[in-house]
Amino acid sequence: MLRVIVRRLLWFLPVFCLVTGITFVTMHSLPGGPFDKEKTPPALVEQMEAVFGLDRPLHEQYLTWLGNVVRLRFGPSLASRGRPVESFLLPGLSVSAQLGMWAMLFGLLIGLPAGIVAALGHGTWLDHGATFVAILGVSIPAIVLGPLLYWLFGLELGWLPVAKWAELSDGIVPYFKHALLPAITLGAGISAMLARLTRASLLQVLHEDYIRVAHAKGLAPRVVTTRHALRNALIPVVTYLGPLTAAVLTGSLVVEQIFAIPGMGRYFVTSISSRDYPTVMAVVVIYSVIIVAANLGVDIVYVFLDPRRRDAS
Amino acid sequence: MSSSTHADATQADSAQSDLDLSSAPRRTRGLWRDTARYLLHDPLVVACVLYIATLVVVSVFPDTIAPLSYEQTSFRDKLLSPGSIATSEKLAGHRFLLGSDRLGRDILSRLVYGTRVSIAVAFIGSAVSFLIGVGYGLVSGYSSARIDNLMMRLVDVVYGYPTLILVILLQVYLTGISQQEAGQTTGLQRVVIGLDNRTGGLFFVFVAVGAVSWLNMARLTRGQVMHFRDQEFVQAAYAVGVPDRLILWRHLLPNVLGPCIVAGTLAIPTYIYTEAFLSFIGLGVQPPMPSWGGMISKGYGAMRSAPHLIFPPALALFLTMLAFNFLGDAVRDAMDPRIRHR
Repeated sequence: MLRVIVRRLLWFLPVFCLVTGITFVTMHSLPGGPFDKEKTPPALVEQMEAVFGLDRPLHEQYLTWLGNVVRLRFGPSLASRGRPVESFLLPGLSVSAQLGMWAMLFGLLIGLPAGIVAALGHGTWLDHGATFVAILGVSIPAIVLGPLLYWLFGLELGWLPVAKWAELSDGIVPYFKHALLPAITLGAGISAMLARLTRASLLQVLHEDYIRVAHAKGLAPRVVTTRHALRNALIPVVTYLGPLTAAVLTGSLVVEQIFAIPGMGRYFVTSISSRDYPTVMAVVVIYSVIIVAANLGVDIVYVFLDPRRRDAS
Repeated sequence: MSSSTHADATQADSAQSDLDLSSAPRRTRGLWRDTARYLLHDPLVVACVLYIATLVVVSVFPDTIAPLSYEQTSFRDKLLSPGSIATSEKLAGHRFLLGSDRLGRDILSRLVYGTRVSIAVAFIGSAVSFLIGVGYGLVSGYSSARIDNLMMRLVDVVYGYPTLILVILLQVYLTGISQQEAGQTTGLQRVVIGLDNRTGGLFFVFVAVGAVSWLNMARLTRGQVMHFRDQEFVQAAYAVGVPDRLILWRHLLPNVLGPCIVAGTLAIPTYIYTEAFLSFIGLGVQPPMPSWGGMISKGYGAMRSAPHLIFPPALALFLTMLAFNFLGDAVRDAMDPRIRHR
């Protein structure tokens, strides 16, 4: 077990260096720099670039940056007058994380039961209904669902505020009022994907021989479903949580754009166009670390869920 | 199951042709014919196919179908509601079936031209994922462990990025390069930039979508090849001295193709969405070239005052993704004999 984790972590190092290295070179080779403005004299631009070390050779800059990142220092932002990148990315990350968490919760609470109900009632109208709603859910993209919810609940009915974000310190009701539409926009696709996956996986398990054996032993159908079928059917669902985390990350990038939420994704898009290298790099680092951590967590949970794996390692 | 039938048939062709002459060709075509017959029985699938076919026709002949050009502006006909008649002399008598936007352009016409972008992206994404993805997966799965390892690690590195971030970075890079002064670019770059300008930014979107579309397919194909390469029919072919190239082409590819077609169809909505999102945040197709994502973005900004701007492109995008998802699901069910005969 430990060996698997260590090997995975060691493998992460070269991938990390390559991913950040490619991003670094790409960003720096873009025409235009962070201080290029129409009215700034070239001499001043050069001076500014020297202050932030942008005149040094690229590999030297990258190594300096890498050394700082190891010590968890992401450097000063070039767009907002030398403020450390952490000072505004961390609040953004917290907002994005909350949004992602609510969306995932929404997805799990709707998707899992829907998938289970559909599989247990295979071929009935419940199954057809759930399958149909699920395919609608995976087909409606955030840039369509977001505006639709905004129009319906924000403008036509006027029930919920549109855009922006409220902190928990502003009160629980305003917080959830602000979080509801973005969370549903992001969570709808997740719940639909989970429902489809759960249904397919449970249907497959229900046709296995050991389920027939359990029935033949005279076990109550409820026990067979929960103890025998569901436990095994959820293994692929758990494995899917890794890619799902990635989907939530990129999805929140979209949803933050739509609802003007001050999350991390918004900083990413704006920092690319303003050539704010440290911010771009920090966001890429945070994204890759989250994805790797999620996949690693899934691998570990997987070993515990599947006895065959446990014995093998 | 389906694939092993096929494998037997392929093998039957070469090894035991005198025994099985009458049934072998019939069985070879069985899978595809069964799939098609199963698909055409479902009215929903037929509806999806017809809808997609309509989109393809529309995207090939937008000039004859659209009532106006997509860049025909008319400042006296700004933000007209659907169904109103033009007030300017220039467009006298023209009826704006879906209304007009803030520059007085006909929304229906822009929708029609936007179809071209979505369909083109769907086509390019699929083409790249089949040509590069399947090819890469075949070679990687059939090569020695060392080469296979190397090829898959390359895929892993690209996987380290969230797809959308990679696409955004690529797109920013490409457009950034294209804005360089003419003196700094090489000949090849100039050709590519010219191509991109002439297609209204579409070419770079193709590159960005293509760059990520083949990854999943490569992984899937490799897994399938690993599954089949140790089976008897491949070993037998190898034993009688069939060259590797032919083993890949005649024996492995036909067996691998089924799951790839399913995955390929189900991936099409992702390509369409990637382009729509890029255009939504202003990194995709460049104005005045219309794209559904760009139209949604413009309509979203004016939702309070002119809600008729956003609904046509949003509905078109949703229906198109839905049709491809339905089709993908149906193809998957049709190719799975366990479901088909239930």
